[in-house]
Formats: sequence, structure tokens, C-alpha cells
Amino acid sequence: MAEANCCICFLQEETEVEKLSGGDMLIRALADEGVECIFGYPGGAALHIYDAVFRQKKVKHILVRHEQAATHAADGYARSTGKTGVVLVTSGPGATNAITGIATAYMDSIPMVVISGQVVSERIGEDAFQETDMVGISRPIVKHSFLVKEQSKIPEIVKKAFHIASTGRPGPVVIDIPKDITNPVDKFDYEYPDKVKIRSYTPAGKGHSGQIKKAVQLLLSARRPMIYSGGGVIQGNASEYLTKLAKILNFPVTNTLMGLGAYPGSDRQFLGMLGMHGTVESNTAMHHADVILAVGARFDDRVTNTPGKFCPSAKIIHIDIDPASISKTVAADIPIVGAVDSVLSEMLELVKASDERPDTKALADWWTQIEAWRDRYSIQKNPNYSNEGMIKPQEVLRALYHVTRGDAFITSDVGQHQMFSAQYYLFDKPRRWINSGGLGTMGFGLPAAMGVQLAHRDAMVACVTGEGSIQMCIQELSTCTQYHLPIKIICVNNQALGMVKQWQDMQYDSRYSESLYEDSLPDFIKLVESYGHVGMKVTKREELIPRLEECFAMKDRCVFMDIYVDPSEHVYPMQVAPNGSMRDMWLSKTERT
Amino acid sequence: MRRIISVLMENEPGALSRVVGLFSQRGYNIETLTVAPTEDATLSRLTLTTIGDDHKIEQITKHLNRLVDVVKLVDLTEGAHIERELMMVKVKASGAQRAEVKRCVDIFRGQIIDVTATVYTIQITGASDKLDAFLQAVGEAAILEVVRSGVSGIGRGEKVLSL
Repeated sequence: MAEANCCICFLQEETEVEKLSGGDMLIRALADEGVECIFGYPGGAALHIYDAVFRQKKVKHILVRHEQAATHAADGYARSTGKTGVVLVTSGPGATNAITGIATAYMDSIPMVVISGQVVSERIGEDAFQETDMVGISRPIVKHSFLVKEQSKIPEIVKKAFHIASTGRPGPVVIDIPKDITNPVDKFDYEYPDKVKIRSYTPAGKGHSGQIKKAVQLLLSARRPMIYSGGGVIQGNASEYLTKLAKILNFPVTNTLMGLGAYPGSDRQFLGMLGMHGTVESNTAMHHADVILAVGARFDDRVTNTPGKFCPSAKIIHIDIDPASISKTVAADIPIVGAVDSVLSEMLELVKASDERPDTKALADWWTQIEAWRDRYSIQKNPNYSNEGMIKPQEVLRALYHVTRGDAFITSDVGQHQMFSAQYYLFDKPRRWINSGGLGTMGFGLPAAMGVQLAHRDAMVACVTGEGSIQMCIQELSTCTQYHLPIKIICVNNQALGMVKQWQDMQYDSRYSESLYEDSLPDFIKLVESYGHVGMKVTKREELIPRLEECFAMKDRCVFMDIYVDPSEHVYPMQVAPNGSMRDMWLSKTERT
Repeated sequence: MRRIISVLMENEPGALSRVVGLFSQRGYNIETLTVAPTEDATLSRLTLTTIGDDHKIEQITKHLNRLVDVVKLVDLTEGAHIERELMMVKVKASGAQRAEVKRCVDIFRGQIIDVTATVYTIQITGASDKLDAFLQAVGEAAILEVVRSGVSGIGRGEKVLSL
């Protein structure tokens, strides 16, 4: 009898589905999805969810100081790991503060799930306290969004959100949850689905094999080829295939701002970044190329300069997972829609299997020509700044590269320091260069570095910033204190909004409209010290490397280096606009190509 | 060139705003728009007309396809198709005008669906240019109110837009 009872108990346990409240379901679903860390800020409409966070251990919550930083931190976490970043905010101002970070992630196709609290269902539409139409406000800057109307749908919606955010061309997904849906009283069956099927959503997989064959044929017949790769190669984890393909063909490679690190930055075949502040050798080689292999790149206006003058003699192969990116601004001769890793690996196999190789003589001539451009224009070979007077911002990035041996995660804010980083820090690995390329969000650098450091606790993480950008999310110094994040903040301090000032120099006769602070900068050293961090001010050239070494030797401290640099320095090379072609560039304030 | 794009999408709240939002967000224009559920209550059929060159229309269809709520779509103007629009018009109809308006309605194969001593309410269906022609024939002076449904369309022959 006892045995029989026991058996019944066992059966019941097997079949009984766990009952959870909406709030608990949500957090449990995150845990079941494999989420280790979420970034957020509590508030009224999210309090049931926050209570669920408190009562469990699997998902760690990082409390930021402003919701914008939560999104950037989740973004940095996602970019550096390839996992989906997760954000939790409350309704109203919590949700609207997250918008800038969502737009940043959307523009750079970063997988992110943003959970926002909402006022109780029956108050929606009544202008309730802290009510805002989050689904509406975020609509143009999300891949998809959900408004949860029934508790029982939570597991399925979470699964769908992660599926949509992380597959195809990744992007942010918003889940807006009214407070009554997460209330702790009502409990529902909880079961996390293994997979979901969305009939209206099928991300591209393999590319069309006929198109791939045609593309390989074109590559093998190229005389002046260029490989132009973008952020898609990093997001699509295809760096290895790209590198192998470039190596086997001996083709020159350029990366976009978002694609740096997809091909080893210190390799001979790498010509540097292309575009507005790209290298002359990359842009000139693009201009003269007869075949361009564009991979996971979107022919952004910061790359092509005047689209009508873009690469006049080139046949273009364009591989992208998003059909809408193909032939958007520049028409592709051979479009290939597909996951870049799959397409590149297929191309690699075809090239390996083929007896044909590009004309050796033509390729050798092409390389001779490229080397001539490189000898004349390379900023690595011929630094385009002087070593006199104040420290030059370029020197700071060179020194940073030297001191970190090129092996740090570098996050950046937006402006001149961002371009100098892209030019002078050579990234040999993907997911090491974390910057807001599409939206160009000042304030991104520090919170993004927090996300990177939390994902890589022992890694060297440096945030290259300026005295302008850092003040847009400077409150996060406090988060760095709370979670012991030993981020190294390299503030390239030129005492002005440098990029704005550069454009004002170039186009507005140096009328510095609102780009100067009139001696109102804080004492950053005292400021960071008040948060418990280390501050160092550097003004002399000979101090630069020793102080940077000292900074990176403090492995468990957050250090802020306030490095005073020459305020008159401009970022060069720079494409001539408007009406310039790829190769038309300013080399300095007075010289052009 | 004028195009008729027909979209099969999830019948869910917010789906329509995503489609409409896409047009304003990317600077495309919508000339007409009609939407209603299909025989499968989980799906809506949306028909819109827009004007653009091939490149623009290609971008529009690609971006529409990118929306998670969009299941399938077709540019009806690419092949043989039938388009219809429904219009209801109130016109002044008194004295000698009354017979004249009635004749016009007959010529355009419309129906008078409501009558008062001074006003006819007329219903006409057809392609948009037929409705335009009717309005012109009746004359602006007589027209009191015009309600048009926007264009609906369907492909000719065996081709169907369904799951």
C-alpha cells in the first residue's frame, strides 16, 4: 500500500506543472533562456518584477544610475559576447530614458531584449502616472515589440523575443508589461518552450548556391579586387571564414568602422578602415577596384561619400543577411542574401576546390600599386601629427595600443577620439572594438565598458572618451564603484567638442558656436576620487606612457586618465564633401589627395 | 508609377501601426489604405497604393517583409489583377437636376442607396479612375460629400496570396 502511494506521488510530481506569478515567470523565463545578467533601474510599474528578481539567484541584476546606461551596458555586454543583452526598466521616464540606447542598438544591429514595466492594464490610455506608450515610442527603433496582455503568454513571448532579437539581422526587441500582469497573487502554469515558430518570421540561412558560384567566378577573374567587410561579419561570427578567404586569394581587405577586428588589423593584407576618416590607401584602392566583395556591410553614407561617384569601375558582390540592405544605396551586381558565415564558408570551399586562381601578374601589379599608396599615405608608416607642443590625441591612442599590446577591449564614445581609436588602435580580434557607429551616441562608452567588463571580469577594458562625451553618462562612475569594475577611462581631453569644432573650422570659418565650455570643466580627478576611483592627470608627453603603464598595472581599480591634448588637432585623413568620390581626401588642414 | 501592394499580416494590435509607421519613417507615401480580417481570423489583408519608381518600390516591399507581423505580400501591379474601390457620394438632387443625376448614376452603373427630397446618396464601385470620372461627370457644384474606401485588389487567374 505504502509503495503504491509513493508511486502516485511520483507520477503527480512528474505531470504537475509549476505555478508562478507573472513576475516570477518573467525572471524564470530569463534564467531558462540562459540569461546571467540584466541591467536595469527599478520603479513603480516594475516593482513586482523587481521583487521576483530579489527572490532568486540565477539572474544577476546590475543597478545602473540612468536607464540610458542600462541599455548601453547591455549593448556592450552583447557586442563583446555575442549573447543577447537584457534590460529591465520601469514605465514612463524609465522607458523613455532607455530609448537612446535602444536606437543605438538598432542602428548597429545588436541583439537586445528590453523589458519595460507599464501602468496597470485598465489604466492604459488614461494618462496615468508614469504612463507612456512604450510600444508606440519605440516602434521605429525596434526589430519587434510585444505588449503582454495575459500572464500565461509570458514564457512564449520571452522565447519569441530572444529568438527575434538574436537571429537574422539582430536587433532590439521590447516587451512592455502592465503591472497587473506581474502581480504576485495570480499564479499560472509555467513551462518554458524549447523553441518557437513564428510563421511570419524566417531569417535568411544559406545563400543561393547559383549566386555564390557566380560570385566565386567573378572573384577568380578579378584583377584589382577589394574585400570590404562590415559589422555583419562580426555579428555573424564569420571573421574566421573572411580571413581564410582573403588569405587564400591574397586579396586586400578593408573594414568599416563597425567591422574593425573582423580581419586582423595588424595583418599585411589589411589596408585600414575605409570611409570618411578611413585610410587613403583603402579608399583609393576601393575607388580603383574592379571587383568588390562587400560582406555584412551596408554602403553607409559615411563610407561611400557621393554614391554616384562610388567605385566607378567595380562590379559589386554584396552578401548580407538582410535583403533590405542590398542595393539600397549602391546597386549590387551579384546580390547574395544569406548568413555571412554560411555564404563565406561555401565560397571558401568553392575556391579551394577550384583550379583557377586570379591572374598572378595582375594581382602582383595591384599589390605593387597598393604598396605605393601605402608608402605615401599610410598613417601607420607616416604619422600625420607632429611631436611638438602639447600631446597630440593620436599619440594617446598609439600609446594605449602599445601599453595594452593591442589586447584590450576598447569601448569608445563619439567624436574625434572615436576616429583616432579606429585609426590607431589595430584590432586583431572581433568583438574587441565596441562603439556606436550608426547612431553615434555620445555617452555610450562608459556604460558599454561596464557591460564588457561584467562579461569579461579579468580582461583589460578601456573606455576611450572625451571630456564632452564622458559627461553624458558620468553618473555611471557610481555603478563602477558598486560592482568593482576596474575600467580604465582614457579621457582624451581637448577642452572642446572636438569634432564639432573641427567641422566649424572647416566649414564655418572657425565660428565655434557652442562647442566650447568657457572654463566650466570639472576637476575630473577630484570627481572620480569622490566615487572611490583613481584619477591621473597627464599633460606632458614624457609622462604619457609611464602613466598609462601605471594605470593598467592597477588591475583591480577603476582609473580615470585625464589626458590634456592639443585642442587644435583635426582628424585626418577626411573625405572631401560634398560631391567627393571615395579617394578625394584631405590629408591635413592644407593638403589633399 | 502607381503600385498596389497587397499584404497578408497577423491580425494583431499594433500590426497596422507598424506598416503605416514604416511609410512615414522612411519617407514613402501612402495614397490609399484598406485593411480588414480575412476568412482566417488570425490574418488581415491590407491593400495600399503608393507611388514610386522600381528602386523605391523594391525598398518598400523589402522593408515591409522585414516587419515581423507581415506574413506575405505581393505587388499586384506586377501582374494581371483586378482593382476595386467603393465610393459613396451625396449629391444635390432637386428639380431638373434629379433626372440628370439619375442618368449619370445609370451610365456609371451605380446605385442610389438613399433618397431625400433634395439629396441622392449614391454608391459606385470600380477602379479608382472610374470613380474619378463619375465625380467629374456629376460636377463639383452638386457634390456634398464623398467617402471612398481606398483600393482593394486581387490577382487574376489561379494565383493567390495566402499562407
